[in-house]
Amino acid sequence: MAALQSQSKIVRWIDHRLPIFTFMQHELHEYPTPKNLTYWWNYGSLAALMLMIMIATGIFLAMEYTPNVNLAFDSVERIMRDVNYGWLIRYIHMNGASFFFIVTYIHIFRGLYYGSYKEPRELLWILGVVILLCMMATAFMGYVLPWGQMSFWGATVITNLFSAIPLVGNEVVTWLWGGFSVDNPTLNRFYALHYLLPFVILGVVGLHIMALHTHGSNNPLGIDRKGPQDSIPFHPYYTIKDMFGVGVFLTIFAIFVFWFPNLLGDPANYIRANPLQTPPEIVPEWYFLPFYAMLRSVPDILFIKAKLAGVLAMFGSIFMLFILPWLDTSPVRSARFRPIYKWVFWLLVIDVLVLGYVGAHRPEGLYVVMGRIATLYYFFHFLILFPLLGIFERPLPLPTSISAAVTKGKP
Amino acid sequence: MADTAQPGPIGGHGHDGETRRDFLAIAATAIAGVGTACATWPLISSMNPAQDTLAAGAPIDIDISGVQPGQQIIVLWRSRPIFVVRRTPDQVKALAADKDAASLRDPTSAANQQAAYAKNVYRSVKPDVLVLVGICTHLGCIPEFVPQPGGSLGASWQGGYFCPCHGSRYDLSGRVFQNVPAPYNLPVPPYHFVSDTVIRVGENPPDSTFDFNSIEQI
Ligand code: HEM
Ligand code: FES
Repeated sequence: MAALQSQSKIVRWIDHRLPIFTFMQHELHEYPTPKNLTYWWNYGSLAALMLMIMIATGIFLAMEYTPNVNLAFDSVERIMRDVNYGWLIRYIHMNGASFFFIVTYIHIFRGLYYGSYKEPRELLWILGVVILLCMMATAFMGYVLPWGQMSFWGATVITNLFSAIPLVGNEVVTWLWGGFSVDNPTLNRFYALHYLLPFVILGVVGLHIMALHTHGSNNPLGIDRKGPQDSIPFHPYYTIKDMFGVGVFLTIFAIFVFWFPNLLGDPANYIRANPLQTPPEIVPEWYFLPFYAMLRSVPDILFIKAKLAGVLAMFGSIFMLFILPWLDTSPVRSARFRPIYKWVFWLLVIDVLVLGYVGAHRPEGLYVVMGRIATLYYFFHFLILFPLLGIFERPLPLPTSISAAVTKGKP
Repeated sequence: MADTAQPGPIGGHGHDGETRRDFLAIAATAIAGVGTACATWPLISSMNPAQDTLAAGAPIDIDISGVQPGQQIIVLWRSRPIFVVRRTPDQVKALAADKDAASLRDPTSAANQQAAYAKNVYRSVKPDVLVLVGICTHLGCIPEFVPQPGGSLGASWQGGYFCPCHGSRYDLSGRVFQNVPAPYNLPVPPYHFVSDTVIRVGENPPDSTFDFNSIEQI
């Protein structure tokens, strides 16, 4: 660690007692980064940006929002109509959730393609999956807060998932609700947790970055850095690249916030919650559709009833991500050098898109068949393809170093 | 007793070099663990229904004199929708014939989704009056009442309930069909006839001790 070289006496005084400047210098400035990172490596910093935006807008929404079944819907309408810039803050928060998930999903598929979950980054990857789970819980509970029809019925369907637990299912659900249905106690606790969880995410993100900085970023070649010729300092090279990504990303985000603020949402959520009237169709937010499709696709399997089987498939799909580092037997990280996986990867992408498509439709006729095949394929991909590919695939020769690949062997 | 944190022979040691200090450390950790677990219990318990929520579950009386044959009304009990249907004579006859039995999950109402007095093909006290908790046993949506045979639910549809959320189907007694996501028949709440036209939901007939909380799946 280079000693801090600052002109400022104050900075040096502080750093001597609390080495925060040294820390930043070390982790952001000198931090050696592979020199061949592509734009697929921008999504991590974009996700961090989204988390900041969600926390900032959320705190200001919380100043105007009232968590009570009789007042919640009106308080959100008041935010939209009467609170200065309330519409803007809420539209940023609403669409921000969607963009947070887009960015995170791309970030995850990037990791899948380049084998970023493999040794020595297993814990880094697992922490990422923990973040994903927390994000899902946060977004689900946030969506309940405006207390529209989809809020209420979405909450009803998702909390009822837990009644599939053998023996204690009903008790667990009553406990979650604090009553005999989704009601005021439910709304209140969801609000408390919706406020808390983003800060839990913040903590896990800290660990995620700590794990990242232990071995550094993976890269498109998937090989380790062999020396200084393979890396460049994070700042200014990647700070500038990240900033450029932020510019492009925020432009697209702004187009949604200002011109299509309700495109990604469900109009039924602008109808006040009615516990006596299930809407003709309950669809979760788009980012949950693939999981929702699995939930409803699975038929009875032997003695396991469809309900429990569906719930197991849904949670199992995330569990696959947790154990992926041990399912993938190939020692080669990057798909660039895996002639078969390179193509097979896209099957998973297509499969998840199909699941998302199925999740948006009533489970009738062809959708049922498609949902079942796609669910089956998802697990086949993880449990069968990943282990077998590593054994039977013949990887291409790896370049000797990052530098060698970039300079094509010329010094 | 040693006054320095040195393992080994200084503390009163046992057979394999364990010391009294090791024992104390383990015992203290165990007690702290148990204590923490006990301390979290009130927190967890506070999330269960509060006393006022529980008290709001008193029985209600429903006047069914205005319910026409073939009609359904919905009332709230314990913040749950209760379906009350007056079945037509044809519907009662169709149920008695029990043609769908082979395609139902639980045609004999074996699962504990109702009291003994509702354990028959009609799943009701009187064949023409059906009382159900209107909550799909899959994930809690309110099923649609589709009494007309046929239609978009297929030629074999004899009338019953269709859940819009994930497509579960129930017959006109609230018995669930096979190969739909819902695992159980719709629950029948405790109820009895106070008079010919008034039913009381939330209370058993005098001769029954059926416990609503013992229901398999609400
Ligand atoms: C991980 C970060 C977060 C995510 C993914 C998230 C997601 C959401 C979602 C999807 C909604 C529903 C929006 C709608 O349809 O109206 C919502 C509402 C809300 N959120 Fe968040 N949120 C996050 C962080 C926060 C934080 C940190 C706070 C408070 C400090 C907060 C406070 C609120 C409030 C008060 C509402 C209700 C107002 C409304 O519905 O617009 N959120 N959140
Ligand atoms: S809640 Fe009725 S089918 Fe899922």
